[in-house]
Amino acid sequence: MIVRDGYELDEQETGSAISSEESPDVDATVNGRDERRNVETKTMDNLALRASGVVKRFEIQDGNRNRKGLRRLWPFYKRETFEALSDVNVEVRAGEIYGIIGMNGSGKSTFIRVISTLLFPDEGTVEVFGVDVVKNPDEVRRMINRVSVDAAFFRSLSAKENLRYSARLHGLSPRDARKRYKEILTRIGFDHNRVSDQVKSLSRGMKQKVAVSRALMSTPRLLLLDEPTTGLDPRSKRDVQQFLHKMRDEEGTTIVITTHDMEEAERICDRIAIIHDGRIVAEGTAAELIEIARNGRGEPTLEKVFFKFTGEEWDEYE
Amino acid sequence: MRQNSGTADTFDKTTHRGPLGEVWGAVGFVERNFALYKRYSGWIVVVTAYAAVNTIIIGLIGRAAGDERLVLYLIIGSVLWAFLSQLFQEVCESMAWEHWEGTLEVTFSAPLKRFTQLLGVSAFSILYSLFKSLVIMAAMLLFFRIDLSGANLLSASVVLLAGSVSFLGMGIASGVLPILSRERGFSAARIFLALLLLVSGVYYPIAVLPAWLRPFSVVSPATYALRSMRAALLDGAGLAEIKGDVLILLTFCVVTVPLGFAVFAVGERWAKWKGKLKVDG
Repeated sequence: MIVRDGYELDEQETGSAISSEESPDVDATVNGRDERRNVETKTMDNLALRASGVVKRFEIQDGNRNRKGLRRLWPFYKRETFEALSDVNVEVRAGEIYGIIGMNGSGKSTFIRVISTLLFPDEGTVEVFGVDVVKNPDEVRRMINRVSVDAAFFRSLSAKENLRYSARLHGLSPRDARKRYKEILTRIGFDHNRVSDQVKSLSRGMKQKVAVSRALMSTPRLLLLDEPTTGLDPRSKRDVQQFLHKMRDEEGTTIVITTHDMEEAERICDRIAIIHDGRIVAEGTAAELIEIARNGRGEPTLEKVFFKFTGEEWDEYE
Repeated sequence: MRQNSGTADTFDKTTHRGPLGEVWGAVGFVERNFALYKRYSGWIVVVTAYAAVNTIIIGLIGRAAGDERLVLYLIIGSVLWAFLSQLFQEVCESMAWEHWEGTLEVTFSAPLKRFTQLLGVSAFSILYSLFKSLVIMAAMLLFFRIDLSGANLLSASVVLLAGSVSFLGMGIASGVLPILSRERGFSAARIFLALLLLVSGVYYPIAVLPAWLRPFSVVSPATYALRSMRAALLDGAGLAEIKGDVLILLTFCVVTVPLGFAVFAVGERWAKWKGKLKVDG
């Protein structure tokens, strides 16, 4: 169990939380189900992802440029920035499903973009299976795939055409790609009669299913999912979650998933990090985090854990 | 659970990560752009027809002057410029299109060399520009009953090839502009194209330019492409007669293509530091 950024917890608060470093085999009770998860020993060799001291700053985009006038054009003009990520340290073991929960603007998507080589960190390093994302982005991209919260497509092309294009980018032959995306679309309940429809005519949920299929068909070593189930109905959510487990169990895929859905995080993640204002404020298994929130005051939930570490009410946020 | 600490090659048996994967990737861009243009085929017909009518009008200016050589002079300028400018714009337009659709992040996070991406986009660019220019040329031949029996088509083909590659190099460099600025990048590329149009002698000899503008024509590959193309088609000039211009065009190829890739790579890295690839968030 790791707690950061001034949230010092005494022995009583941490309760019986089990350190994954102390005990590689963790018994976690999640939603009344006993799951014995074989958490691999944390060694350098089997780390899928390591982020060390990652900082990312962005310039504040001022809608009213005129207010600053010609000063903006001066090369030494000091632009206002904000930190989207502040000293983020994360280690994800190979084969693990690692969840990141946080509010809008907390830095989840920025972190996913940094891992997927779309954004370079200002400070710190990120390694995917030991390969630095800034120094060797080509090599990193061979190992990853990503689903973003806003599924982007060529909207005037059909779902099939978009999937075929993506398959080409990932070096899949058209035959392998067709077989793979048909299997995935069937499993996550996409109506095959709509596969030739232009993407712009599909509902948000259907687009998201196509986006999930697009990411899963290349069987990446590290799958980055940025709120992949947003917009999906409960059954489709469950189908996607089951498919993720299948990928992890059968293909050994490591999964980093950001989500707003606490139940989803509890159900599918081996470990969860809570991110707030660009900082990881807590990290552990769902059971460990809940144990902290229990603290003798009623039935704990992951929402209460979130409140404890961020000071934000999840209900208000939702 | 299967351990996935093996190499990428052993992990993924279905994908082709080597040269074949790069070929699939390049084909993917050609296929994608073809599908997009097919979807907007009505618009393509309108744009091509407009370009053909525009060239006819320019040719008619020569006919009004009672000079048949001037007709062909203007048509060569118009058709060759349509071809080269289309080549230049296509890479830029492809990037701008991706940025507007929001798919830039999807493409840029794919396990594909940027060289392959730009090669694929350039290949489609050549095919589309050739198609458009051939349609315009066919319309000119029908409308003006042009006689090209004295033309040296071998020389013309060599000029076309060398001119195309040098323009593609510049197009690749400008392709990074829409990534750096979604709103202004494509416009900046159009401004650069307009300057080339002004100084390259597309519709008039360089000599008519004001003295202070003339030096700029030296750094435009279009100047040499137009001059040698006219020599080949109007005067039937052989390769020996136009070798000076061809050598300059080949030099442009050697410089602009690597420079184009280098500029794109620098721009891409800058975009990744600044977070320019994303649309929202």
